[in-house]
Amino acid sequence: MTIFAACAALLMGLGLFGLITNPQPLRKIVAFNILGSGVFLLFGIVARRGAAAGVGADPVPQALVITGIVVAFAATAMAVALLLRLFADRGDTRLDHESAAGTESARDDCRPP
Amino acid sequence: MTDAASQSVLPVLGIMLPATGMLLMLLVGGRYVEWLALILLPAGLAVAAAIFAAVWREGHTLIYVVGGWQPPLGIALRADGLSAAMMLVTAVIICATGLFAGPQFSQPRGRPERRAPLVFWTLLLAIWAALNAVVVGADLFNLYVALELLTFAAVPLVALTGGTETIEAALRYLLFALLGSVSYLIGTVLLFAAYGTLDIALLSARVRPEPISWIAASLMTIGLIAKTALFPLHLWLPPAHAGAPAPGSAVLSALVVKGSFFLIVRLWFDAMPGLLNLAAAQLLAGLGAAAILLGSILALRQSRLKLLIAYSTVAQVGYLFLIFPLAGAASEPASSIAWTGGWLQLFSHAFAKAAMFMAAGLIAEALGHDRIAELGGIARRLPISTLAFALAGLSLMGVPPSGGFVAKWLLLLASVMQGQWWWAAVILLGGVLAGAYVLIVVGKALAPAGAAAAPTAPVSRRREVVALTVALGAVLLGLVPLQPSELLQIGRLDVHALAAR
Amino acid sequence: MTSALAFDLALAALVLAIATLTIAAREAMSAVISFIAYGLLLSLAWVRLRAPDVALTEAAIGAGVTGLLLLGAAATIGDRQAGAAPPLALMLAAGLACTLVASGLAATTLVLLPEPAPTLAPPAMASLATTGLGNPVTAVLFVYRALDTLLEKVVLVLALLGVWSLAPDRVWGGVARLGPDAPPRAMLVFLAQLLPPVGMLIAIYMFWTGADHPGGAFQGGAILAAMWLIVLTARLADMPATSHPGLRLLVLAGPMLFAAIGFAGWALADAFLAYPEGYAKPLIILAEAGLTLSIAATLACLVAGPATRTPPP
Repeated sequence: MTIFAACAALLMGLGLFGLITNPQPLRKIVAFNILGSGVFLLFGIVARRGAAAGVGADPVPQALVITGIVVAFAATAMAVALLLRLFADRGDTRLDHESAAGTESARDDCRPP
Repeated sequence: MTDAASQSVLPVLGIMLPATGMLLMLLVGGRYVEWLALILLPAGLAVAAAIFAAVWREGHTLIYVVGGWQPPLGIALRADGLSAAMMLVTAVIICATGLFAGPQFSQPRGRPERRAPLVFWTLLLAIWAALNAVVVGADLFNLYVALELLTFAAVPLVALTGGTETIEAALRYLLFALLGSVSYLIGTVLLFAAYGTLDIALLSARVRPEPISWIAASLMTIGLIAKTALFPLHLWLPPAHAGAPAPGSAVLSALVVKGSFFLIVRLWFDAMPGLLNLAAAQLLAGLGAAAILLGSILALRQSRLKLLIAYSTVAQVGYLFLIFPLAGAASEPASSIAWTGGWLQLFSHAFAKAAMFMAAGLIAEALGHDRIAELGGIARRLPISTLAFALAGLSLMGVPPSGGFVAKWLLLLASVMQGQWWWAAVILLGGVLAGAYVLIVVGKALAPAGAAAAPTAPVSRRREVVALTVALGAVLLGLVPLQPSELLQIGRLDVHALAAR
Repeated sequence: MTSALAFDLALAALVLAIATLTIAAREAMSAVISFIAYGLLLSLAWVRLRAPDVALTEAAIGAGVTGLLLLGAAATIGDRQAGAAPPLALMLAAGLACTLVASGLAATTLVLLPEPAPTLAPPAMASLATTGLGNPVTAVLFVYRALDTLLEKVVLVLALLGVWSLAPDRVWGGVARLGPDAPPRAMLVFLAQLLPPVGMLIAIYMFWTGADHPGGAFQGGAILAAMWLIVLTARLADMPATSHPGLRLLVLAGPMLFAAIGFAGWALADAFLAYPEGYAKPLIILAEAGLTLSIAATLACLVAGPATRTPPP
């Protein structure tokens, strides 16, 4: 179990590294999934440590992980949808940090209802 | 919780009413969406008012054990005085936003279902359900799910009517929020591993100031700070809040960012009360002070109205973090004074910011743009909206009579009583800077129209009145007596009794 | 060194190696394919951690459906704008920071956790008999912490609404297209005719057996979704329009049924999401049946994305 504990920590570190350094948002999303799965593995270790009363692992953290996996997928789906829309609009998915944000804010409110 | 509590199903209703309403809306679609909104908004307001009345009348927390399974195995919901107040403010602002947004997101009769109305109304209800779940939740993982609900409702709201840059802002918001959720989740698993429970009340009894609880608390706080857009993790907020449609910006700035802040306070004051020492409190408030100063200065430099208001949100959120040194690691009666002041700041900012975004939206509709330099003459064309903006600005500046004034006065009082006079300086400086950017806008609005002024589009008078009423809400909060509120003390964990144990 | 320990060591090493490949891959497509392999190996790790329900969920949703989603995105976006690699200084700084974070978390997990470990297994197992279920994880999901599951279903529906909302106004309510417009390969069509019946049987079995053995609505629903997606990718059928009332009903039936059961519990059993005496297991299976269908529909729609064509008149 210590093996998987170290594995979980390393996965979290790897995922975080990928999230920070890779410029493409799609790769960031993949790295975020690795980071998330590392966190869930940590839950799994806590569950395994809680083996008692005839079960191999505490069922509560396991249920939390199942919920977490579904939520993580939903998050990935939303991020990918935004990404694909961004790509369709301008053919480039990089998040420019110097973009002139909010230039469309006025136009949106002026659109006739 | 040391005081008594009573069972009530109202907290569950507060979550389930908007949640099932949202599902129904998606099912029926089309014109029925607005009918459903017309029924659900008042119903939700009634539930929030009922909770408020029940907590105030009985003077103690409302508890609900879901499914009959007690924590630590099951999940409990708790509505204390603070939750009741938050729920009522949330309900009022969401109803006002619904009234404001009605004409803008309406489904014309006989035409096929349109995207923006369906999406707007369902997201509004989802945000409401999520906020209610956040304020009555008493289980750390349940709160995680509530936070995700809030994020998934807020991000599409940002992207609802925007173009490419707003989509980019929405994606950046989502990435920040997801990173925050992951950090929060790591803290949660560490706390469960160390203490065997995720229930806040049980944790308050079991948590000891040891390294693992410090690590968990720090990770969770960092995650929640990213969602609250506290300096230095505030970069996502201005383009996102400015790019959303006006009613969306109102709800986002007034309520959504406050949800994660509420959890930070729950964490440090209720789940791990012994942990808030001097260093942590000063650090959090220090970041808040930086947010106040930086946000206000950046607001002054903006050329577009909605961006100015968004940067103002970054600044005003900073005031909230003064709760930690002034009400946290502090002694009575200053602690209660600061507690009341901090939450009053949250409520009055909610009303003021909602009114500001509504007014800005109407101005932008009329002029066709929101460039501050060219606002000349708008005061004559839209006097009600300008008045709403000005009244809201008074609350942000802290000018009496307004909720903002009472809040800042109480915080000033508490900081002087504690001898932490440096926070008083920050509060006063923040008020001056807020005055500067509000007066810039109002001044430009009062100026005569330029020579090349374009004709203005008509704007619904009813919507202007809604904006004004919300701004008056911020002013009315100023009629609250200048003393610690009893309501907000209901259910508040007595730190010193715990420490003496 | 026992064989179990050796296996664990090899598995962990392989998982980390493939994760590193995923992060360091040069092209988006290879990164996604490595990610799918990573997910499948990770489910093996879950089996080693005595969590078969999680292993099934990770394989079906974490690797399977997420992989399909990312594959589609990588195929569309590709590396058309690969962008410059970040400066070496940033990579080193990030590497250092992440190493510190990883070591800190490893140290916390290995050193700071208390012994004996606090656990909720005893109370969970003690009450298991009253729920009529045999699988404690299902009991946690649908009985003890049912509010989490209900809210999470709402989160799924909300994510679907968010994805659908990104369709342009003129195609709102239209049909989503999965994959490129080129005709599918014969092999794919063959698989799409062969697999779905088998997959549906497996999915139904998975849902049914979840009450007493590893499995449940999430795993069954994910397999159903994958079968549907294979059929869609092979162009054997088209996704219904997003405004189609049948599709909306399918997506919403599960959470609404679950909420209705919750409210019924309030009327009949004294608490929201409680179950009347003796009726727990049938009600849970009913709820899971609805949820399996809804999860299948929602997951498939999330992968298919927002509408791209106007609805048929």
